[in-house]
Amino acid sequence: MAEAEESRAGGVFAGLSDVSISEDIPVEGEITVPVGSHSPDEDYSTLDEPVKDTIMRDLKAVGKKFVHVMYPKKSSALLRDWDLWGPLVLCVSLALMLQGGSADSKEDGGPQFAEVFVIIWFGAVVITLNSKLLGGTISFFQSLCVLGYCVLPLTVAMLVCRLVLLASSGTVSFIVRLVVVMAMFGWSTLASTAFLADSQPPNRKALVVYPIFLFYFIISWMILTFTPQ
Amino acid sequence: MAAPDELQFREFDEAADLLAGNPDATTTSINERQSHVAVNMSADYEEGELGEETDKTELLSGQKKQPSFWTFEYYQTFFDVDTYQVLDRIKGSLLPLPGKNFVRHHLRNNPDLYGPFWICATLAFTLAIGSNVAHALEKRGDPSFHYSPQFHKVTIAGLITYCYAWLVPLALWGYLQWRKGLSIHVGSYSFLETVCVYGYSLFVYIPTSILWLIPASWLQWLLLAFAAALSGSILVLAFWPLLRSDSKPATLATLAAIVSLHVLLAVGCKLYFFQTLPSTIPPVHPLVTAQHPTVLLPRPANASVPLHH
Repeated sequence: MAEAEESRAGGVFAGLSDVSISEDIPVEGEITVPVGSHSPDEDYSTLDEPVKDTIMRDLKAVGKKFVHVMYPKKSSALLRDWDLWGPLVLCVSLALMLQGGSADSKEDGGPQFAEVFVIIWFGAVVITLNSKLLGGTISFFQSLCVLGYCVLPLTVAMLVCRLVLLASSGTVSFIVRLVVVMAMFGWSTLASTAFLADSQPPNRKALVVYPIFLFYFIISWMILTFTPQ
Repeated sequence: MAAPDELQFREFDEAADLLAGNPDATTTSINERQSHVAVNMSADYEEGELGEETDKTELLSGQKKQPSFWTFEYYQTFFDVDTYQVLDRIKGSLLPLPGKNFVRHHLRNNPDLYGPFWICATLAFTLAIGSNVAHALEKRGDPSFHYSPQFHKVTIAGLITYCYAWLVPLALWGYLQWRKGLSIHVGSYSFLETVCVYGYSLFVYIPTSILWLIPASWLQWLLLAFAAALSGSILVLAFWPLLRSDSKPATLATLAAIVSLHVLLAVGCKLYFFQTLPSTIPPVHPLVTAQHPTVLLPRPANASVPLHH
């Protein structure tokens, strides 16, 4: 019974029956995906180059990513070559700038250094796990990298807030700080969703964007409520 | 082909024997009729050969091979929801209709952990931020007040919310499992469904905690009563069908415990995070300077309105 079916199918597709890829015809082209090697010095060891070159290469990579965050376009450079230097620098500087807040009692004040650190890194890990559990295709460290780099506008906002607070601390300065922080919060959220949105399944985009929104909202809240001594 | 007498309704303990004989049978703990069909199916078909699609398999369409506990895919099964499903479940938690059991009608054998987790996180932050803003608004007339972010409240709010949303369902689930052992007619939900219904029922407290910023005390208590009634009725409607066939005192005690724990959470949060401080103004300071004569005046009346019993 199966053979009769096969011959019937053979009759319909008779013209194609002699098209086959035999074993001895070599298949051309590369099957392996080239891992992104941009610079020509991947071919030889980088052990002999001057230290300045090594450091400058990494600094340039970090700097390029900062530019990508400030002008978010749909480029995949941020995702492809992830690194965590930028997020570390941003996190440490933000946590340092949030120190020196006023407190009546030891525990009644703003977040401690460790609390800021934990919130940023633990929050980024939870958001990444959330997006992966919902079926996202982005890798763990790429997502951490994007979320960390998009803290840059909020770090700039923190700098501006501290400068404004040096000048005055009345209602006007509060309104200025509010506007600046809200603008930077919007920028951060839009930048990170621009990078992360493509890797999410289409029915669940809002489910993935909401935790990112909450994350940057908490950081903005910490920045806005900072009051110096 | 399955013999006709094998497809008849069997008593639950006989199905349990069949299950014991064939431990790899996929079953569901939801509906006894479904679990009968599941046991019959796997007793007749070979392992791995799911055979032709019959309408029995349509009933089992929610089941898939469970991945191992240690793989990532196991946890992905708890997040298998789309945006519209989450929004639909949130809407269902806001509108308790007497006919619609939240677990049956909205969850439909697909409990998720996304809703409970992020609703608890949002609630914790809303409580902490709302508490801070309410505190600042209330004290803004007081010249000796110096604003502080009170960040420790985030930790406390998070602990309260997550402990309530995970430990109380654990206790309730354990209790229901025990009752099911005593009397066969008491149904039960899986642990995840219990966590899910508790998590979604907490959603109504999020807008409530934002509205608690309005400094009118009567409004705050009214909002609290309304929110507690709404989410309490979701829980009661969800658990009533399970307990209906249990003995009267046990049913009433269980439902009373569920509702009172829920109200306790609401009242506790209101009092801790949004307390209108009693009039603990410092006594008239003998060294008061002439520039701040307002310190001598008592606090404005709205801050110390006694609660009407």
